[in-house]
Amino acid sequence: MDAIILQILNGLDKGSAYALIALGLTLIFGTLGVVNFAHGALFMIGAFCAVTLKKILTLSYITEDPTQTDFLGKPLKVATPYVQSWFGESTGAALIDWAVPLAILFSIPIMIGIGFIMERGLIKHFYKRPHADQILVTFGLAIVLQELIKTFYGANPIPTPAPEVFRGSYDFGVILGFEANAIIYPYWRMVYFAFSAVIIGAVFAFLQFTTFGMVVRAGMADRETVGLLGINIDKRFTIMFGIAAAVAGLAGVMYAPINSPNYHMGMDFLVLSFVVVVVGGMGSLPGAVLAGFMLGILEAFASMNQIKAIIPGIDQIIIYLVAIIIILTRPRGLMGKKGVMEE
Amino acid sequence: MGILEVKNVGKRFGGLQALSNVELSVKENTCHAIIGPNGAGKSTLLNCFVGKLMPDTGSVMFDGQSVLGRTPYEINQMGISRVFQTPEIFGDLNVLENMMIPIFAKRDGAFRMHAFENMLDERDVVEKAEHMLEEMGMADARNDHAASMSRGNKRRLEIAMCLSQDPRLLLLDEPTAGMARADTNNTIDLLKQIKEERDITIAIIEHDMHVVFSLADRITVLAQGTPLVEDDPENIKGHPKVREAYLGETQAV
Amino acid sequence: MLGLNKKDTTLFWIVAAMSLLAPFILNPFPEGSSLAQMFNAGYPDLMQRFVIFGILVIGFNILFGLTGYLSFGHAAFLGIGSYSAVWMFKLVGMNVIPAILLAMIVSGVFALLIGYVSLRRSGIYFSILTLAIAQMCYNLAYSVLGNPASSYNLTNGETGLQLSLDDARIFGESVTADGALPVTNFFGLAMRSSYKMDVGGWLFTFNAGYYFSAIIMLISFYVSIRIFRSPFGMMLRAVKSNQQRMNYTGLNTRPYILAAFVISGIYAGLAGGLLSSMDPLAGAERMHWTASGEIVIMAILGGVGTLVGPVIGAGFNEYFKNILSKINDSVLHDWLAFMPDGIENLMVGFLHYFVGKGWHLTLGIMFMLVIIFLPGGLVEGGQRIAKKFGRKKKSDETSTTPAE
Repeated sequence: MDAIILQILNGLDKGSAYALIALGLTLIFGTLGVVNFAHGALFMIGAFCAVTLKKILTLSYITEDPTQTDFLGKPLKVATPYVQSWFGESTGAALIDWAVPLAILFSIPIMIGIGFIMERGLIKHFYKRPHADQILVTFGLAIVLQELIKTFYGANPIPTPAPEVFRGSYDFGVILGFEANAIIYPYWRMVYFAFSAVIIGAVFAFLQFTTFGMVVRAGMADRETVGLLGINIDKRFTIMFGIAAAVAGLAGVMYAPINSPNYHMGMDFLVLSFVVVVVGGMGSLPGAVLAGFMLGILEAFASMNQIKAIIPGIDQIIIYLVAIIIILTRPRGLMGKKGVMEE
Repeated sequence: MGILEVKNVGKRFGGLQALSNVELSVKENTCHAIIGPNGAGKSTLLNCFVGKLMPDTGSVMFDGQSVLGRTPYEINQMGISRVFQTPEIFGDLNVLENMMIPIFAKRDGAFRMHAFENMLDERDVVEKAEHMLEEMGMADARNDHAASMSRGNKRRLEIAMCLSQDPRLLLLDEPTAGMARADTNNTIDLLKQIKEERDITIAIIEHDMHVVFSLADRITVLAQGTPLVEDDPENIKGHPKVREAYLGETQAV
Repeated sequence: MLGLNKKDTTLFWIVAAMSLLAPFILNPFPEGSSLAQMFNAGYPDLMQRFVIFGILVIGFNILFGLTGYLSFGHAAFLGIGSYSAVWMFKLVGMNVIPAILLAMIVSGVFALLIGYVSLRRSGIYFSILTLAIAQMCYNLAYSVLGNPASSYNLTNGETGLQLSLDDARIFGESVTADGALPVTNFFGLAMRSSYKMDVGGWLFTFNAGYYFSAIIMLISFYVSIRIFRSPFGMMLRAVKSNQQRMNYTGLNTRPYILAAFVISGIYAGLAGGLLSSMDPLAGAERMHWTASGEIVIMAILGGVGTLVGPVIGAGFNEYFKNILSKINDSVLHDWLAFMPDGIENLMVGFLHYFVGKGWHLTLGIMFMLVIIFLPGGLVEGGQRIAKKFGRKKKSDETSTTPAE
């Protein structure tokens, strides 16, 4: 029992990331009809926003401390971050410590900006082109973005820790009446899950309760008709693209402490997120979220040693296997609607 | 006994009863028109003949065999060819290639792996295609890109493609929809000529009364998914029920 | 000739001449000169890659170019072919023919299975499904099938599958007389043997492996022309053009597409088998989905749906990868020495990001530019230029006529 709960918890954070990326993919696909192969890159850029903010906050000037000497006997060089000298030592240190959560604020305008530029500058010109061309041009863009990041940040993962207070783990087992240390779950992963839940809720609320969201939902159902009503649907779709980019970016920012950001993390997540979208049902937002969590948890279960002992390697392929079975039995996915992307 | 026998066909989409109790019998070597106001279920009915839709009730027999549950290509191989409302041709191929594909389909069946055969060795197919184009007056266009043709010519090519398979039943779905008057008249002439020269059964769905009364030997009027009346064209014109349900809106007749 | 029309025959002979004379064409600069270091590409392993990737992309083009079905998982077949061939070397013998045959058969079987599943859906779904299944193959090859400790270690994981001194071959010895690994050969002709020709300052290398691969590439190219010009090829183009019309014309589209998928999978397996024949080492990274993406890139660069595009695309991609990765800052300084120092340094600093280790970036940008502005690839670009010049000539003629 405790093992099962532990695996469900373990699946939640990865599932959250899948769900957030798949949500953005579905939004873009549902509104613009474009399969965005560069969406993983947006997730990756989000993570690097956190890295960048951390770097900016730790920018330092160097002073010599005459009272201390280094091992060569010279005066010790001390690096003081600018923020510490501007805001005082403790405030500055706290700012640096809280770089990742602060990066949320920092990344939103950046991600929305990138989203706007991508849609207006590139993807807009591909609406009338075949789907294969859309896939290819966004794939090309993904390569370019990934290589740019590699150029400036290098190929190695950059550790970006969470704030000090979230670094420990919480012993869930104790509250649920299990032995101590049976179910240990890091605080930050809990934060990540809660954060994702908030974002997902916000996106749904936005679509459900605002007129903007209503138009977007109508456009997802029937773009032509909404266009005929004289509503400027294109402008709204641009904004929608910006929002989807921001959702992917935020998923990336908060994921930075879980996995040190590297330039190819976007591509790694992208393939699985596509699988999530297909399993959930192309164009279905609840489907994307449901499938994201479902597959994340399934993956966690498959990586249990007891299961791996029965079927070796199952953890590596479980998501793909489930996807293949679902496609063969329910071609539209779990919650897909008829007529989406069908000839 | 007609070549196409439709018995008690019903089809429901959600809360909408699109077709109910449709009875229809198309006699061999006649032109049977199915007319009716918009939303009467004409296209739905046609889609039940070709394997695109599966009716909820009833049967559709072609030449004594049921077509229900078969895929479109199987039904075509039984001898039913279909012309679409907007011409469906192979736009990326040239006109001659467009003509050759149905001839291959007729000769070789639904699939054949002729990957290493040379087109030059397929003289009979090429000749038949060229002959067909000549008959249709399109021989000059044989190397043209099909997508670049006028709508009237696309329609002509599509009909030619269907005829090249020597179908026993030709289904026409509003063949003159969206056409200019001149193109419509050309298409009517073409269809008349086909009717006279070939042993072929035609079932046509049409909105344009001019087309219907130029071609049809027999007319079924469909209203709200049910056949209202089936009779010869002369009787249909004066039929009070038909006038009430349908012709009231087209004073021109 | 051989059932090709005149135009195709000419095209075939041009490609044949280019590939057979490649050791000369690719070595235009005298040995040892600085230009040679940069631009010569007549080394056996690079030339082998040209033709082997040519085969791969020719096969990919039969699927994508003719039917329009974009497979994002073709690298899986390349990897499967590579592994099959190495196993043949390990277990049976060092002759490349059985290895290549096995590679084609195994990848063909996999293509049949994967194609059957993926073709349940079309369009974007198909792309995503091929991508997912290929990535699953990669994961399997990397983890459980590649774990040296497990009893089904088929791929040897991260290290890659390679020959070892204790391979028990049915034909031929495990170790040569001098204690080395035996080499791959074509009935005794070692793939790595080369004949070097010194002419003046030039050095030309004629490598057995290259010529073997080039001849197979030419056969593959010939087969692909035949397929393009066959009724089957026409059906595949019809699938791309209008599937609905296909269905209502009495044609079952799925077996046509599946056949094209299997053929292109066999081509990829053949390419993989050849890669292993040149160097009997197969790694899982060959199956990664970015490798599949690279196949797509090569096809697009050259020109999808054209006969010669894949060969050009593969050659172009490999050649530029090779050159770009060789350019470093000092080379840039040499080239830009004519500029004022400040500007020179700025330019070098800027260009630095696009060459050397940054060649991926340049290739990615080039790929995007091609898709945006030249969807028909380099072949279309060539045609456009030819047309422009052709028209210019014509207008020149007409304008000069009245003057006479």
